[in-house]
Amino acid sequence: MATATYTTYLRDQEANLSTDPRHRAPLVLGDHNLTTVTDKITDITFRPASRGWYIGLCVSLSLLSLLFVSIAFLLLAGVGVWGNNNTVAWGFDIINFVFWVGIGHAGTLISAILFLFRQNWRTSINRFAEAMTIFAVMCAAIFPALHIGRVWLFFWLFPYPNTMAMWPQARSPLWWDVFAVSTYALTSLLFWYMGMIPDFGTLRDKAKSQWAQMIYGTLSLGWTGSCRQWLRFERAYLIMAAIATPLVLSVHSVVSFDFAVAQVPGWHATIFPPYFVAGAVFGGFAMVLTLAIPARQMFGLQDLITTRHLENMCKIMLATGTIVGYAYAVEFFTAWYSGEHFEQFAFLNRALGPYSWAFFVMVFCNVVAPQMLWIRRVRTNPITIFIIAILVNIGMWFERFVIVVTSLHRDFVPASWAMYIPTWVDLGMFAGSFGLFFTMFLLFCRFLPIVAMAELKTVMPQARLTHGPHRFDYQPDPDTPPELRRGGRWT
Amino acid sequence: MSKKDSHQMSSASQGIEPPPVNADDHELILTARQRPVALIAEFADVDRFAAAAEKARDADYTHWDAHCPMPIHGMNVHMGLRPTILPWISLVHGVVGLIVGLLMVWWINAYTANWVWTPFQGYEYLVSGKPRFSLPANIAVIFETTVLFTAFGTILGMCGLNKLPMLHNPLLNSDRFRRATADGLFIVIEATDPLFNLNKTHDFLKSLSPLAIELVVDETPNK
Repeated sequence: MATATYTTYLRDQEANLSTDPRHRAPLVLGDHNLTTVTDKITDITFRPASRGWYIGLCVSLSLLSLLFVSIAFLLLAGVGVWGNNNTVAWGFDIINFVFWVGIGHAGTLISAILFLFRQNWRTSINRFAEAMTIFAVMCAAIFPALHIGRVWLFFWLFPYPNTMAMWPQARSPLWWDVFAVSTYALTSLLFWYMGMIPDFGTLRDKAKSQWAQMIYGTLSLGWTGSCRQWLRFERAYLIMAAIATPLVLSVHSVVSFDFAVAQVPGWHATIFPPYFVAGAVFGGFAMVLTLAIPARQMFGLQDLITTRHLENMCKIMLATGTIVGYAYAVEFFTAWYSGEHFEQFAFLNRALGPYSWAFFVMVFCNVVAPQMLWIRRVRTNPITIFIIAILVNIGMWFERFVIVVTSLHRDFVPASWAMYIPTWVDLGMFAGSFGLFFTMFLLFCRFLPIVAMAELKTVMPQARLTHGPHRFDYQPDPDTPPELRRGGRWT
Repeated sequence: MSKKDSHQMSSASQGIEPPPVNADDHELILTARQRPVALIAEFADVDRFAAAAEKARDADYTHWDAHCPMPIHGMNVHMGLRPTILPWISLVHGVVGLIVGLLMVWWINAYTANWVWTPFQGYEYLVSGKPRFSLPANIAVIFETTVLFTAFGTILGMCGLNKLPMLHNPLLNSDRFRRATADGLFIVIEATDPLFNLNKTHDFLKSLSPLAIELVVDETPNK
C-alpha cells in the first residue's frame, strides 16, 4: 500500500482538481502501481465483508422480500389490486418501468459513449455503472412482465409459431419495446461480462481457496492476458461500444414512443425521444453518484474514484439536467403555440391541477437543484453531490409520474376524469424493486471485480510505452511535469 | 495435477532434451512424466517488454506470445501482429441480423404463406387502413435484431479467435506466470515452436535482459 502522508494528499488533490488545460490530471492518485491497484481491488472480494455491508444486505433483503410478497399477492389476486383504473390505465407499473430503464442508461453511456469519446476517466467507474445498468433493467423488466396480467403467458410477446396462427402486431410501440428492452438487457449483459473476463483472470490468480480458483477460473474462460488476446479483446470492446451507443439512444426513444405515438394530450409530442434520452442519462448519473459516493467510502477507493471523477459526473448531470429543464419549457411553449384546446388544458392542469404538487417537486428536483452544480465547491464536495443526486433521483421518478398520471387523469371527456391513488401493492412493489436493486448491487460489490482493473491499468503511467507509434495514448501526457505525474516506476 | 490431453502427450514424446541447468540457478531435472511447456521471461517495465517482443518477432519464433495485465497500445506493432478479422465477423452477423429482422416483421405481419404448416403462416394485419408493410413502422425491431446479432457475433467471435474458453492451460502451473493478470509482463516461447531448444531459447531470452526466466513444465498424472 502506498504511504499516504498529508503532503502527498495535498499534492494529489491539487493535481487532481487542476484546471490547467495544458495538463491532463492524473486518474489514479496516491502513488499506486500495478501491484497495489490489483491488491486494492481484489482485497474487496477476498477479505471478509464489513459490518456495514451485512447491515446493507439485511435491509435490502427485507425490501426484496416485500417485493416477493407483493408479487405473490398480485399473482393470486390479479392486477386489480393495483391503483390503476379505467381512466388512469397506466400507473406505477409504467412509471417504475421507465424510471428503472432510464437509470440503466447512464451505465451504457459510461461504458460505450464515453469510451468512443476517449474519456479515459470512465475506466474506474464503468464496471459498477454497467452493473447498475443490468440490475436496473432487471428491476424494470418486472413491471411490464406483471402488468400483462396473465404472467404465465408472457411468451406471447415473442413471435413464435403457434397453433392459433397468431403473431404479434409489429406496428405497436409496445412490441418495439419488447425487442428494444430485451436486446438492451442481453447486449449490456454481454458487454459487462466481456469486460470482466480479464478481471476474473486476475481474481482466479489471486484466489487462495480452491473453490474461488475454480469459480473465477471458469468465469475467466482461461484468460491469460496474451497480447494476441488483448488485440481481439480491444477490437471487440470497440465494436460493442459502437453498437451499444445507438442502442442506448434507441431504447429510450422506443420507450418514449409508447407515449408519443398515442393521441393523449401531454404525450403526443415529437420532442419525446431526445427529451427521454436526456432525462435517462440525467437520472442514471444521479444513481451512479448515489452508489459511487458510499461505495468509494466503504471500500476506500478515493484514490481510484477521485474527486475529479465525481466532478465530471456532476458536469454531465448539470448538462443533461439543463436539457431536461429546457424540454419542460418547450412542452409548455408547444402547448401554448399549438392553439390546441386539449393540449393547452393538459399543461395548465399539469402545473395547476390536483397533481401540481408532483409537478413542482419535479421542477425543484430536476431543474432548480442541479443548478447548484455550477458552483465548483458544491460539485467537488461528496456530501453536497450526494444530496443533489438523491434529489434528482426523486425528481426523475416524479417526472414519469407527472407525464403518466397528469396526462391520463383528465383527457378529452370530463365525464371520464378520475384520480389515481396507488395501493399498498403498488408501493410495495416500488419499494421492493429497490430491494432487488440494492441486493444485487451489494452482492456484486462483494463477489465481482467492482473496478475494471485491466482498464484502469491502461491509464496509469506504467502501461505507457515511451517510444513507438502509440506513445501518446496514455495519461498523463508525456510532457506532464514530474510533480504532476503519479505512480512512479514499476515495482 | 490437471488432466492431460492428446497433443500434450504427443509433444512429450517428441523427445525434447532435458536441460542440464535451468534459469536462475535452479537445478531442474525433468522426470519421465514431466514435459516442458514453455520458457517464460519476466520483464521489469513495458519498454523492455516491448523491445523484447520485437526481438522475439525478429528471431522468427512463431509459437510465442507476450502476456500482460492490461492492453498495451502499440504491442501489435512490436509483436508484428496482423489486424484481426473480428470486425468482418461482426459485420456479417449484423447483416444477417438485419435480414432476419426484416424478413421476420414482413412474414408475421404482411404475408400469409398458405403453402406452409399453419403455425408458421404469417398473419396479414390491417391496422387503420395503413400499408401492411412499411419500413418506418418496423425499423425499430429491425435495428434491434441487427444489434443483437452483432453483439453475439462479436463476443462469440472474440472468444473463438482467442481460443476461449480454455479450461486447462499448463502455463498457469507456474506461480510466477499467474502474476501476468496482476502486475507481471511475460514473454512466453512455447515448447511446440519449431525453433524451440531449451538451451538456445534460454540463452536468447537471457539476452533480452529479463528479471527472471522460468521453465514451465506440465506433469502427466499417474494412471
